[in-house]
Amino acid sequence: MSTLTASPDQAPARTYPSFSRPLWSRVLLTREMAVIGLFLLVYVFSSATVENFSSPLTLYYLFLDNIPVLLIALPMTAVIITGEIDLSVASVVGLSSCLVGLLHVDAGLSMPVAIVLALLAGLACGAFNGFLVAYVGLPSLAVTIGTLALYRGIAEGLLGTAAKTDFPQSWKDLATAQLGNSSPYPVVLVPIAVLALLIAWMLHFSSFGRGIFEIGLNDEAAHFTGVDVARTKLLLFMISGVVAALAGVYYTLRYGSARGDNATGMELQVVAAVLLGGVSIFGGRGALHGVIAGVLLIGVIRSAMTLEGLTVNVTNIVIGGLLVLSVLSTSLLAGISALRSRRASGSRSGPDATAAGKRSLSS
Amino acid sequence: MAAATLVLKDVSKSFGAVRALRSASLTVQPGSIHALVGENGAGKSTLIKIVAGVHRRDAGVFELNGQEADFGSTAESKAAGVAVIYQEPTLFPDLDVSENIFMGRQPGRSWRIDKGAMYAEAAALFQRLGVAIDPRRPAKGLSIADQQILEIAKAISLDASLLIMDEPTAALSGVEVERLFNVARQLRDEGRGIVFISHRFEEVFELCDTVTVMRDGEYVSTERIADTSVDGIVAKMVGREVSELFPKTPAEIGDVVLDVAGLTSPGLFRDVSFQVRAGEIVGLAGLVGAGRSEIARAVFGVDSYSEGSVRLGGAQIPGGNPRAAIAAGMALIPEDRRKQGLVTEGSVARNVAGVIRRGLSRFGVLTTAAENRAAGPWSAKLEVKTSALDMRAATMSGGNQQKVVIAKWLATNPSLLIIDEPTRGIDVGTKSEVHRLLSDLAGQGMAILMISSELPEVLGMADRVLVVCEGRLTADIARDDATPENVMHAATHRDGHVAGATTAGGAGPDSQEVSA
Repeated sequence: MSTLTASPDQAPARTYPSFSRPLWSRVLLTREMAVIGLFLLVYVFSSATVENFSSPLTLYYLFLDNIPVLLIALPMTAVIITGEIDLSVASVVGLSSCLVGLLHVDAGLSMPVAIVLALLAGLACGAFNGFLVAYVGLPSLAVTIGTLALYRGIAEGLLGTAAKTDFPQSWKDLATAQLGNSSPYPVVLVPIAVLALLIAWMLHFSSFGRGIFEIGLNDEAAHFTGVDVARTKLLLFMISGVVAALAGVYYTLRYGSARGDNATGMELQVVAAVLLGGVSIFGGRGALHGVIAGVLLIGVIRSAMTLEGLTVNVTNIVIGGLLVLSVLSTSLLAGISALRSRRASGSRSGPDATAAGKRSLSS
Repeated sequence: MAAATLVLKDVSKSFGAVRALRSASLTVQPGSIHALVGENGAGKSTLIKIVAGVHRRDAGVFELNGQEADFGSTAESKAAGVAVIYQEPTLFPDLDVSENIFMGRQPGRSWRIDKGAMYAEAAALFQRLGVAIDPRRPAKGLSIADQQILEIAKAISLDASLLIMDEPTAALSGVEVERLFNVARQLRDEGRGIVFISHRFEEVFELCDTVTVMRDGEYVSTERIADTSVDGIVAKMVGREVSELFPKTPAEIGDVVLDVAGLTSPGLFRDVSFQVRAGEIVGLAGLVGAGRSEIARAVFGVDSYSEGSVRLGGAQIPGGNPRAAIAAGMALIPEDRRKQGLVTEGSVARNVAGVIRRGLSRFGVLTTAAENRAAGPWSAKLEVKTSALDMRAATMSGGNQQKVVIAKWLATNPSLLIIDEPTRGIDVGTKSEVHRLLSDLAGQGMAILMISSELPEVLGMADRVLVVCEGRLTADIARDDATPENVMHAATHRDGHVAGATTAGGAGPDSQEVSA
């Protein structure tokens, strides 16, 4: 054990392999890959068997319909990885939609100003959630169920049952414009892709992102390591709020209608897609590419089943079943790997057992 | 004479590779109050847990009232007449006092609880104990002292022959202690056997008639209180040569690195001032729960404090901000590895690079490859045993995990290292590695503040020993003057050095011992 006393300039005595598994195994044998694979499978299968599914128009509408969920799912992934949840997002969509309508149609502000103000309102909604969760220490589930009702109430109070529909055509076209003639890809996918890259960088390629995962796995250890747990959570809720407001702007322009009840219930679609994409509801686990695949998988199933003439109820049953199965498979896999590692360690008593024993030594 | 209430002889108990008890013995006669004393880690709690049915002994004799006993659960031990009163009683807060006493055996028929009879019985019990508690009030809001009385009432109603009190006075005021003692004497006079565990020798001498000393999981001695003295007991508790075990090489002591002045946090510690110099290892000794870890946490900024200042290398460190402390060159290796030191579900590399990762980004991008490159050499330097850097820390042994935590903090190149229980729960080999490492780091000019509940470790490693008792510094002893006796004395005598000390600070609830 002489290396303990080695001076820093001396070469270390041993090196370690970086990974315990080969590259293909690390890339392919993941939950995210399973979701991506399932998505591709359903897509290819639907293209082959469902009439009209393979037409560019189907794909185009698939994107348009799923963009709000896709948008909101990006920051929601980070929020859920910290072990929190934001259920107020759909209400923020509604509120931002109402604000754009009121500020542009009634108050006569220009579209850019109305949109910026709506985004600021979303930021404020997120900051309020984040403050209550991170600094007051309330559980996010309770806080955001409360603000779900609060923000929706404000939205419906602002517009009542009225709808504002008088938006400039050029702005409405922006929401539905295609990349090139008869291409299935809407133009708005470009900024969304940029946002996805930014969130992927934040989550997977930054020190801040490592902190997000650590908070989800063990927030006390994160705190001891110098991660500012409260500020991280506040920031993520703020991002969630502002992105939900952005989704609200898109929603308004896409349907040309600002209503208080826009996007009601969308928060559960978002959470379902995030969980299906392999993010653990307990925090600490998940990856953004899995979530994007999860959103697309749900979108493809919905689209294909609608084309087949099946009702929304049947579609919901299938998606719900899939979600339950995915959660079940996670715990099954965890159980199997735990069993395997216990076998591998043979007759040695597990680390937990010895740790428990050592703890009791302390008194 | 009737059979002894409790006989334990040569009891041993291991947890994995760790031997908590080697050969522990304890004989309690009926109608006697028997003190059980020993350092932290001497095995008192493990022994009590065997009697209480929490653990099963590996070997040895265990008899209760003359009959061989072996409890697989706390329920079995209760049924056999053993009652254990912990420092922090566990009651059902929303039920009333009487329901708590008669939980699971309420008077009445199977389909109806006879509340009247229950209240009457509870009232009779309280009268017998000479306490005024309304049997109908909810348990919520009772003081710790009253909660303990409730537990004692429960024990009497069960007609327990053996009552074990595990540091019952730690959270009590003077009057409450006196009342508890009166109840204990009354139970003794009824012929019950009582085991009293306490770190406060005044209380041991006031209350008990016999004392058994334990050390390192072994029985040391049993004497009548009248035949012994505080110094005699302390000598037996510590009794071993310590200097050989812990190789602290003398280092050149430099300038003041850490300067703590008047640090106060209400209820935890008060007016704590000390300095740590470059190349110096300062030991922070004291009993578990005295406030040592709390002081360290406040210095590092994990907790905030209400008054005082922390300076590192002359510069003021803002309170409550670990990141500022880290940036200034402070490192804290916390006492609870699994909860505070590590993200056990994270990989070795991510843990080792957990603090320095902010500097590993290139063009704002942090990659796993960069973390691995940084973590590898530090893991190697500490001889972390792992097959690959992406292994989860949870799969490693305690000693290896501790190396990962140490590597993580040494990687930050700190000028001050605070290390809380450096060798708790790790094997002997790794233990001496850690000691040698600390000695070397001090030799290279690092300032080290070491908290330890193991007296030999403190005496062997520290250049200077600071002793904390109930949230106050009660002694500052140079290495050459430090003896087990004077450190133990300062750790148990709050009034010894600071005049007019009050119980305001009190000993915080000792979660470690409760959970152990």
